[in-house]
Amino acid sequence: MNASLSFRGASVTAVIVVLLTGVLAVGSLLPASSPVQVSPFIMTLAGKYLAYAMLALAVDLVWGFAGILTLGHAAFFALGGYAMGMYLVREIGARGVYGNADLPDFMVFLSWKSLPWYWWGSDHFPVALLLMLVVPAGLAGLFGWLAFRSRVSGVYLSIITQALTYALMLAFFQNGFGFGGNNGLTDFKDILGFDLHSPYTRAGMLFISGLILAGALLAARYVVGGRFGSLLIAVRDAESRTRFLGYRPEQVKLLVWVFSAVIAAIGGALYVIQVGIINPGEFAPANSIEAVIWVAVGGRGTLSGAVIGAILVNLGKTLFTAWLPEMWLYGLGALFMATTLFLPQGLMGLMRHLPEKRPSEVTPEVTNPEGGEA
Amino acid sequence: MSAGTLLELSHVSVTFDGFRAINDLSLSLAPGEMRAIIGPNGAGKTTMMDIITGKTRPDTGVVKFREHDLTKLDEPAIARMGIGRKFQKPTVFEELTVRDNLLLSLKGLRSPFALLFAKETAEEKARIDGLLHTIRLGREAPRQAGGLSHGQKQWLEIGMLLGQEPDLLLVDEPVAGMTDAETMETADLLREINQTRSVVVVEHDMEFVRALDVKVTVLHEGSVLAEGELDQVSNDPRVIEVYLGR
Ligand SMILES: Nc1ncnc2c1ncn2[C@@H]1O[C@H](COP(=O)(O)OP(=O)(O)O)[C@@H](O)[C@H]1O
Ligand SMILES: [Mg+2]
Repeated sequence: MNASLSFRGASVTAVIVVLLTGVLAVGSLLPASSPVQVSPFIMTLAGKYLAYAMLALAVDLVWGFAGILTLGHAAFFALGGYAMGMYLVREIGARGVYGNADLPDFMVFLSWKSLPWYWWGSDHFPVALLLMLVVPAGLAGLFGWLAFRSRVSGVYLSIITQALTYALMLAFFQNGFGFGGNNGLTDFKDILGFDLHSPYTRAGMLFISGLILAGALLAARYVVGGRFGSLLIAVRDAESRTRFLGYRPEQVKLLVWVFSAVIAAIGGALYVIQVGIINPGEFAPANSIEAVIWVAVGGRGTLSGAVIGAILVNLGKTLFTAWLPEMWLYGLGALFMATTLFLPQGLMGLMRHLPEKRPSEVTPEVTNPEGGEA
Repeated sequence: MSAGTLLELSHVSVTFDGFRAINDLSLSLAPGEMRAIIGPNGAGKTTMMDIITGKTRPDTGVVKFREHDLTKLDEPAIARMGIGRKFQKPTVFEELTVRDNLLLSLKGLRSPFALLFAKETAEEKARIDGLLHTIRLGREAPRQAGGLSHGQKQWLEIGMLLGQEPDLLLVDEPVAGMTDAETMETADLLREINQTRSVVVVEHDMEFVRALDVKVTVLHEGSVLAEGELDQVSNDPRVIEVYLGR
């Protein structure tokens, strides 16, 4: 429906994601002697990349389509991760180091006698799912409501999103906060009774992650492709003008912001299950900034670009840190500068030059409408 | 406020950093009326529209639309009440198609949540087709609005204004950047619109104002200098002084 239609390929990307994860999952179940067997190491990496792709998709929704440059989205990712991590820790039960059936190891270590109230119910998977959705959505809702109705935007909004994730990081580092402090949550054994270290569970989880990422892509495409999407773009480009049509841009932004936080949170949960650990480092401000770079590299406002950017940049990171660990940050910085300078529309921008351009699809000159937000 | 008044500003003042942009301005508009507002640059014409539409709060004075006190409401609330505005500098949503610009403007759904699931109805489609015809942009419907000419953007914005079905239209310098022919077409269009809606139109172009053939209010330094028929006000020595005496 929107003229740019730069996100039209999202369904193609969704199909490719499902196919690729399917192939990897099957490949991982081949005997170790097979030359095309996919190793557990690759499976963990792939799971991690898919989780990051969810985070990137979430960032693209708000940055690409609503113009909100979030530098704190890793907070929602990490909260989703912790919600799932709580359940996985409880599943360990009496198999922990201290053999305590009721308390996770780190609580025993801190000589806690009983579970804090906010851990109640966390041993039930449905409760974990609910927490994974409700806590990040609630926090995003509160934060967005406060920020958007006071018309905080631009750099100021970016800075307070950094502050949000930083504050959460400090809180989660505290032992007394009740989430394992420094070490976070780890040593998980199984999920819903399935052994997390079994190749079948891992293959299943990777395929499920692929399905969820594909579903998120389609959902995001639906959101930005319809009438709400037109309004979103109108708000992004000329917020003040939409008010004179009778719309409330703060509501528009809040809706996409909360939706985006939920996608990030699901990504965090998938991360924890497949990577096997969540710690306060996931809240680090740099993580949120990296996510923005993935989106910039892939192509802002294209949905598919976010997924492709997240996977390729992280693949690059994996390879690079193996060769020249201390050089990675410079490499990432250089990559970001190069895309900004030479590929303003990211990798998806490259692909868009391939098909013939209809004469009607003239790129509009950028004008600043009267009354546009400063 | 008398029963025969749609919009009334009384003793309205606004100061920006010590500068009185609007100074004890009083003005009233009858239902169904079209009023032309003229006045030199900086007279406060746009600021007056900012006050009516809730963008700027007056320091003192009363602004009433029917029985509603507009100084207590914000832009979306005022827009939903039936006041539409066309900006001096045309502001359309450049990345959206002409058609989607009109669809967004259509009176009706304003809740983002409802829009998430809304499909364009046959009725809405017919409305848009009608608007496209009125503003003569039928062939441009699938184009991105950013690619339109300046004059076409002005027309698109008028179309969006009509889509809102407001009772009162505030139109700020609609013919700026238009050819003579387009200017006269716009005057015709506004007269046609005025058959069912009230209009306040700000314009410099005297040929255009003459073509509208309505009561004229001259604004100067934030207040009303003269009011009446165009020939009458343009012979007013104070008006001549303001326009020519510098
Ligand atoms: N937001 C603002 N802040 C400061 N000064 C303003 C603002 N808006 C308008 N003005 C000043 O108020 C005066 C009236 O402006 P305006 O209403 O745009 O005039 P007109 O539309 O009649 O040309 C001008 O001198 C302008 O500089
Ligand atoms: Mg003006």
